[in-house]
Amino acid sequence: MKFLSKISVPIIASAIVLFAKIITAVRGIWQGCEPTQKQRVYYANHGSNGDFVLIWSVLPPALRAKTRPVAGSDYWLSSRLKAFIGKDVFKAVLIDRNKTTRKENPIEIMSSAIKKGDSLILFPEGTRNTTDEALLPFKPGLYHLASQHPDVELVPTWIDNLTSVMPKGEIIPVPLLCTVSFGTPVYIKDGEEKSAFLKRLEMALIALKDEVQK
Amino acid sequence: MNLPSELFSLFIGIFCILGLATLIAQVMKSKQGRTPLIDNLIERINAWWAMVLLLGVTMSIGHSAIIVLFTLISFAALREFLTLTKKHKADHYALTISFFIVLPAQYLLVYFDWYGLYSIFIPVYVFLLLPIVSVVRGETEAFLIRISETQWALMICVFSASHVPALLMLDLYEDSSKNILLIAFLIVTVQISDVLQYVWGKLLGKRKIAPSLSPSKTWEGFLGGILSASLIGASLWWITPFSPIVAFFLSLMITLLGFFGGLVMSAIKRDRGIKDWGHIIAGHGGAIDRMDSIVFSAPIFFHIVRYFG
Repeated sequence: MKFLSKISVPIIASAIVLFAKIITAVRGIWQGCEPTQKQRVYYANHGSNGDFVLIWSVLPPALRAKTRPVAGSDYWLSSRLKAFIGKDVFKAVLIDRNKTTRKENPIEIMSSAIKKGDSLILFPEGTRNTTDEALLPFKPGLYHLASQHPDVELVPTWIDNLTSVMPKGEIIPVPLLCTVSFGTPVYIKDGEEKSAFLKRLEMALIALKDEVQK
Repeated sequence: MNLPSELFSLFIGIFCILGLATLIAQVMKSKQGRTPLIDNLIERINAWWAMVLLLGVTMSIGHSAIIVLFTLISFAALREFLTLTKKHKADHYALTISFFIVLPAQYLLVYFDWYGLYSIFIPVYVFLLLPIVSVVRGETEAFLIRISETQWALMICVFSASHVPALLMLDLYEDSSKNILLIAFLIVTVQISDVLQYVWGKLLGKRKIAPSLSPSKTWEGFLGGILSASLIGASLWWITPFSPIVAFFLSLMITLLGFFGGLVMSAIKRDRGIKDWGHIIAGHGGAIDRMDSIVFSAPIFFHIVRYFG
């Protein structure tokens, strides 16, 4: 069983990336930084379940191996297939989004992944955005993570058009072109307040979006 | 499957032209150094090599391979076109049906040579049925714009494009294995016209022909390109069932259609604020950027030669 999953994981991973590319012809636009081995937290807008597959698809394979999405365990552990894809294929950092029942602190879980040298993909809106607003207000997790690891680059990442490909509740995707743009990395400032920091990160992502859609 | 010997001669000719183009571009590069224009030129020529090889390999596999190739081209084109159209969540089924049912069905009908149905499938059946799929969700915002743009996308990217492989089904040659040459004639003439318009425009171009639509197109490029491409088309009469004179006038017709088709597609791009339809072909842009003149000439060429053939 172990052997089987070991050989099937890279095949499934490539198949998922290939599928994403057939549907969206996704293209990475490295606007504010280069695809290098630096340790990063890519923070992105969240409109669809396919979001991190798209980011993953445009990362060069060497970076992809060291970049893990942060995802809700309530969703990814809800069935055995999802658990296999989430944990084994995407190597997701799973956090429990339910504040009252969770046993482990999500910040600790993300922090230990960073200590191991991994880069993260994070959706700071916390849930899929189905409103007409460009972004939902960011959750504070990113602030706590950045205060513990002030040297890690926070890269604004704008995923364009994927919500039209797969609106919430639909199963069959419409093939449409998508892009993933990476902005100039942001760092936390000394003694920066939580709300000011989160606002600054939101603004950086909105600015990137405006530039892409121009 | 036995390939007509004319196809080999044609491809050898094309390889010679591309070889010459590569040589000229490399000489320019070594003389003038790297400029954006020369980089783009080399990128374009390299993409031509890739496209010619792809087409050559597909043609040598056979008729079904050509239909598969154009199915994929239509898919890429429709993906680019519908990215720019007005859409609503309520159109989700209409859009998925366009991609996963209408598109393959059109090419299957071409494959089975069901002329009576593939020539009206999208203009009649899809035209009337797809808006019904959208309307049942009850969303009226920009409804006419949404259904019209989706229909237009299907007409251009699927219906028109499918008339290229449909040429395989016409009975104009005594030996039906030669039918493939009609596709070669259409594609070579129209594409060479695009290239020659570009070349004449770069060499002599002064007077802009349609500044608000396409700032790079000039009268010199237009006249030089259309005329020289039509002469080349006439000189290819030996791969067609036509006489040199007929081949000339057919070439004139398809290159003119191709030119104006390019203008129509440019107007759409301008309106939507983009320079290229996509990025699938390095140096050229999207699939539609390379196909625009073909889709405007293929159906009319098909029907004219079918009627008189």
